[in-house]
Amino acid sequence: MAASEQKIQKKKITVSPLKKFFRRLRRYPTTFIGISIVIIFLLIAAFGPLIAPYHYSQQDLLQRLQPPSDEHIFGTDQFGRDIFSRILVGSRDVLLIAGSGTALAVFSGLLLGLFSGYIGGLFDEIVMRIMDVILSIPPLLLAMVILFALGPSRLNVVIVVGFLYIPMVARVVRSVVLELKTRQFVEAARLRGETRLYVLYKEILPNVLPHLAVEASMRFSYSIFLVASLGFLGLGVQPPSPDWGLMVGEARTWFYQAQWVLFFPAGAIATLVVGVGFMSDGLRRMLLPGGVTDDG
Amino acid sequence: MMDNGKVLDVDNLTVTYMTEKGPLDVVRSVSLQIAPGEIYGLVGESGSGKTTLARAVVRYLPSNGKITGGTVSLSGTDLSTRSQKEIRGIWGSRMTMVHQDPNAAINPSMMIGEQIAEMTRTHMGLSRKESRERALEMLNKVRMPDPESVARRYAHQLSGGMLQRVLIATAMATNPEFIIMDEPTTALDVTTEAVILDLIHELMDEYNTAILFITHNLGVIARICDRIGVLYAGEIMEEGPIHDVFKARLHPYTRGLLGCVPRVDANKKEISLSAIPGYIPRPDELPEGCIFGPRCELVEAACREARPPVVSVGPDHLSACRRHEILRDRSEKADETREETIGDELGHIVLEARNIKKYFPFSGGLGSIWQRRRSELKAVDDISVRMRSSFTMGIVGESGCGKTTLARCIAGLEEATAGEIELEGQLLDYSVNKRPRAILQKIQMVFQNPDASLNPQHPAGDSVARPLILLRNMDRKQVREKVAELFKAVSLPADYIDRLPHELSGGEKQRVAIARAFAADPALMICDEPISSLDVSVQASLMNLLAELQDKSKTSYLFISHDLAAVRHISDWIAVVYLGRLWEIGSAEDVFIPPYHPYTEALLSAIPIPDPDIRQDRIRLKGSVPSSLNIPPGCRFHTRCPRKVGEICETTEPPWQDMADGHRICCHIPLEELKELQGDGLLKTAGLRGNN
Repeated sequence: MAASEQKIQKKKITVSPLKKFFRRLRRYPTTFIGISIVIIFLLIAAFGPLIAPYHYSQQDLLQRLQPPSDEHIFGTDQFGRDIFSRILVGSRDVLLIAGSGTALAVFSGLLLGLFSGYIGGLFDEIVMRIMDVILSIPPLLLAMVILFALGPSRLNVVIVVGFLYIPMVARVVRSVVLELKTRQFVEAARLRGETRLYVLYKEILPNVLPHLAVEASMRFSYSIFLVASLGFLGLGVQPPSPDWGLMVGEARTWFYQAQWVLFFPAGAIATLVVGVGFMSDGLRRMLLPGGVTDDG
Repeated sequence: MMDNGKVLDVDNLTVTYMTEKGPLDVVRSVSLQIAPGEIYGLVGESGSGKTTLARAVVRYLPSNGKITGGTVSLSGTDLSTRSQKEIRGIWGSRMTMVHQDPNAAINPSMMIGEQIAEMTRTHMGLSRKESRERALEMLNKVRMPDPESVARRYAHQLSGGMLQRVLIATAMATNPEFIIMDEPTTALDVTTEAVILDLIHELMDEYNTAILFITHNLGVIARICDRIGVLYAGEIMEEGPIHDVFKARLHPYTRGLLGCVPRVDANKKEISLSAIPGYIPRPDELPEGCIFGPRCELVEAACREARPPVVSVGPDHLSACRRHEILRDRSEKADETREETIGDELGHIVLEARNIKKYFPFSGGLGSIWQRRRSELKAVDDISVRMRSSFTMGIVGESGCGKTTLARCIAGLEEATAGEIELEGQLLDYSVNKRPRAILQKIQMVFQNPDASLNPQHPAGDSVARPLILLRNMDRKQVREKVAELFKAVSLPADYIDRLPHELSGGEKQRVAIARAFAADPALMICDEPISSLDVSVQASLMNLLAELQDKSKTSYLFISHDLAAVRHISDWIAVVYLGRLWEIGSAEDVFIPPYHPYTEALLSAIPIPDPDIRQDRIRLKGSVPSSLNIPPGCRFHTRCPRKVGEICETTEPPWQDMADGHRICCHIPLEELKELQGDGLLKTAGLRGNN
């Protein structure tokens, strides 16, 4: 029979995904700014020590608390160390610690959320109640308690960040899984006797990933903030390492004499957090058009 | 502008959307007039520009839409040049709108009465007291039972049909000259739809309002409209009085649309539906010449060169086809008759489901903590069906009557509470997870929503390949060949194998889903409303495809639908379900002629038949389906039954009465009496169509 819907074929659009990506980017300037900021900070973290004009711990007591000048473009701190160099080198710690912490949270949260949502029942109930308990304690307080117990170190900060953000990720993943589980392609898979692991891995997981990417980028911006806060309280990276939070914390004492000592590291934190925030907003718009996620 | 006695006069209207790719004319040079008291039906498939036209008429276009040509005037007032401020004065007082989705159109936090009253206060300047009285009066007018209490209720406390009445009451409260109704019955059940259509019809006789009635359903138009305009890709193809258009059909598109609608007096073995090939062109890819040309079977060279002129083909009857004379001679296209491939001999029994029950535990919120007695929602309550090979069983009923739950129990997606499911003589486990592969291979399912039935991340070919690998143990090469073969069988081009679902249209996705189900080579295929979310022309081609595949594969279908005409077309047997139980079962022909169960009778009389000459019996059901939590005692249907005989219906469960050929009815009324009451029934009148 001649009757078929395909007589007029739709023209297949041949635009490379990369080109499409840039075309979309142009429509959202904030996303562009966000991605640029993140890329710049990543480059700084990679090559910072090479472009830094001074060594980060090189003291020059004669040049204490100098305002920004040609020699020290961000000025110097209470030991006469070059703030610009310290910020460049410090970016490594922040990105690495916050990044690994986020990765830990995202990975564990993904696993917990996937299984909790998919298996359901008592397992789901137990896992989610534990998550609720973690969520019910103010995060900074919980982080401080754990770090007092474990002692401050880079690794411990990573563990704390990861631990604190597992519940948020798990909740987002679980809610997506719960929704996907009732979709008919999952039922079709059950009807042809796919194993539960196959359904989880092949049918559900690929559809969770876009949500996970958005959630991960958001967690990353929160992690940066948390790492900086812990540094500020002296619970994170220890001196003389150039940690941004720590620098802000130490600069408090000298604020009335030298505002730049506090301003530049604080500004670096703020810029990075805003940049990651813009980027995650853009990711959400691109990966989840019209979608709403539970922010945990 | 001259006042020509018409309420609405749209002259040469063009609507343009500004898009990234530049301006797009979505509605082009449309003219139409509506006289006072006239109901003008505007019909078209999705993407034809119906809604854009309606929004342009009321000047409520989205910010990137603009009227770029022509005029719209309401009783001599030119609307197209008025400022937004002036238009706002006209909205609500001189023209109003009834929307498709009553849940979205009614403010959930405002009482129903206040909602109507507010309208009259703003637009008629009534006082608080007067407006309240007016609201009650309007609720009375739309035959709302107990208007006083309804006025004090909120939207969530009313059923869909009642909400639609409220919307109509609101739209009419200010005595407007003109009302737009945008698919007002699409979201409703057939039985409720029939009631609402009757109401609109009666109200229009009483008032002198002009109505623009937008719908995709030709049956609905045939039932209530005076005139019809057929819209296609933003242009009117044919327009005229309802009888002339439905009888003469002087445009191939009108003919195609009507040919797509299954008839209630013939099934797939007698005729196959004449689906229209191809798709509606997108506004940025309009073909040269006649816009319907690429899909038209009468197309000739001249059609491809220039737009055909709109010509008068009868009194008040216009067609945009240069070959309408040929159509007039061929007054009715000969239906494609299909030769019957299977004889009368019965196949072996594929499915035997006995006394299936499915109860869902229902806890009522906090109360259930101390409430010892748990209530149960009886979705399916003792249903038995038997199916043979190469056989289609249609299941019909209103929404919420347990059709889908029954199908899911048989498929094992829902674990039945009690009963026996036997497939080819083998007793099945309730849960799909516990059934062996050999059984899984034999039962497959096609789902309602094409968007959810394919994994958005998997190419179409992968979805079809999985059952082959899993259930039929094919190796790579065999799988690749078989997938290509299946795509061909469902008439999809081979390059669709690598496409992702979002690159396919709804009908194409459903074809992939059908290919996936057939990949397992099942003995039983459960089709859960597979066509109801698609356009008529796509529905027709899918039904033809299902019939064709059944001829070849001898698969049995369990076909669930609320569309009786579709079920009649595709099924050999029909089972009528209400509140979780069967009330009538029999061959498709028998179920459609009296005697039938009073519920079947009501369903049949509610079918919108696309033929204005058919006078259907007007059996209308009151209210909506009772909750499955509180099933009425005795005959479950007695609360709404138009033929209730007396106390016996309320106290005693009705007996099954057998007729010839396995046709059975569950009712207290003796069959002879039913037959007498129901007279010639629906089919006799519907038969008129065949002779003409």
